[in-house]
Amino acid sequence: MAIEVLKPGLATTVQDAGRPGYYHLGIPLSGALDQYALRLANLLVGNDEGAAALEAALLGPELVFRKPALVAVTGGEALPRLNGQPAPRNAAFAVKSDDRLAFDYMKLGARLYIAVAGGIDVPAVLGSRSTYGLGALGGFAGRKLAPGDVLPLRDAPAGRPGRAAPAELVPSYPKELELRVVTGLYFHRLTEESAATFFADVWTVAPEADRIGYRFRKGRALAFRPRRQPFGAGSDPSNIVDAGYPYGSIQVPGGVEPIILHRDAVSGGGYAMIGTVISADMDRIAQMQPNNTARFVRVEMAEALAARADYKARLGRLRAALAP
Amino acid sequence: MAQHQVISPLPGIFYRRPSPDAPPYKQDGDPVKAGDIIGLVEVMKQFTEIQADVDGKVVRFLVENEAPVAPEEPLLLIETA
Repeated sequence: MAIEVLKPGLATTVQDAGRPGYYHLGIPLSGALDQYALRLANLLVGNDEGAAALEAALLGPELVFRKPALVAVTGGEALPRLNGQPAPRNAAFAVKSDDRLAFDYMKLGARLYIAVAGGIDVPAVLGSRSTYGLGALGGFAGRKLAPGDVLPLRDAPAGRPGRAAPAELVPSYPKELELRVVTGLYFHRLTEESAATFFADVWTVAPEADRIGYRFRKGRALAFRPRRQPFGAGSDPSNIVDAGYPYGSIQVPGGVEPIILHRDAVSGGGYAMIGTVISADMDRIAQMQPNNTARFVRVEMAEALAARADYKARLGRLRAALAP
Repeated sequence: MAQHQVISPLPGIFYRRPSPDAPPYKQDGDPVKAGDIIGLVEVMKQFTEIQADVDGKVVRFLVENEAPVAPEEPLLLIETA
């Protein structure tokens, strides 16, 4: 026995660095939606940064530890409480056997990460311990956690409580943000007006947004240019002949609500992808609550690559700051 | 008379009725007991029942049916005895 789930929260899953390499076979990337927050949590407790931890969406779980452990909580701003008393965020703290960990409401951000020294000991499937819920694959029994689940922990050397992330390396989670987009193969299919309003309007995260896709609404509907329906494509102008969907790609079924595919997305289908959110901004999407807003900002590939380099440099500074 | 707010634990869309053609869970002035369902919050394709956490009487709802709500947003005012 190691960690027992008293209340699972809304959608709490085991996630790690992900399962790349199988998307062409229909098995998505999965893994922590906010990779930076996962890595921060793991580094704080002395784990490999991609070790399996818990990801809790919008509502923290209530857990009881059945053996002593070293824990770190990162991501969404929900105050952790250990036996009712406030515990730190973004710093490692020790728990004793039978300690209870619960959370206040998530004021900002959408996903919190709970790393435990040693990592969650579920079997690796296709090289990853991440849960892919739609495929009932990986993680704990291929599903989100339920009351009464008992999560085994891998053995860990005695950790060091008190290790904390430098404040400048802890992200903030604004309710309004800008997401950078490189236009896609099918961007030319939008009318001139819609190509402009897509970037001009403020879009609101819909309550359906989840690990599969982030759906946005409240911007003006997008119109596609008239076209002769290609053989194999659906009749709606937003349909294309089926194609592979990149991670981060934006589709707009019926021209109504843009959907950004995230780490549990299907790997292909028949909707035009008008663009792709740059890799450096995917973690920020993971921390958007329903009713938060975004504006899409058009960037070119060079800027996307520079942002990716900045993201990697920041991770490098984090590793250096938290080196054992 | 003390007043108590029932707050939303989650972001999402607030519903005052179990289904579109059903009556609301509670109306202004209704008696309410701790544990009574006062509404639903829809998020990530799941509906979470929101329960009153005190006994008393409904003063008024603080958000409209089908309004967006944020975590910790007050939903309902209850007058406690």
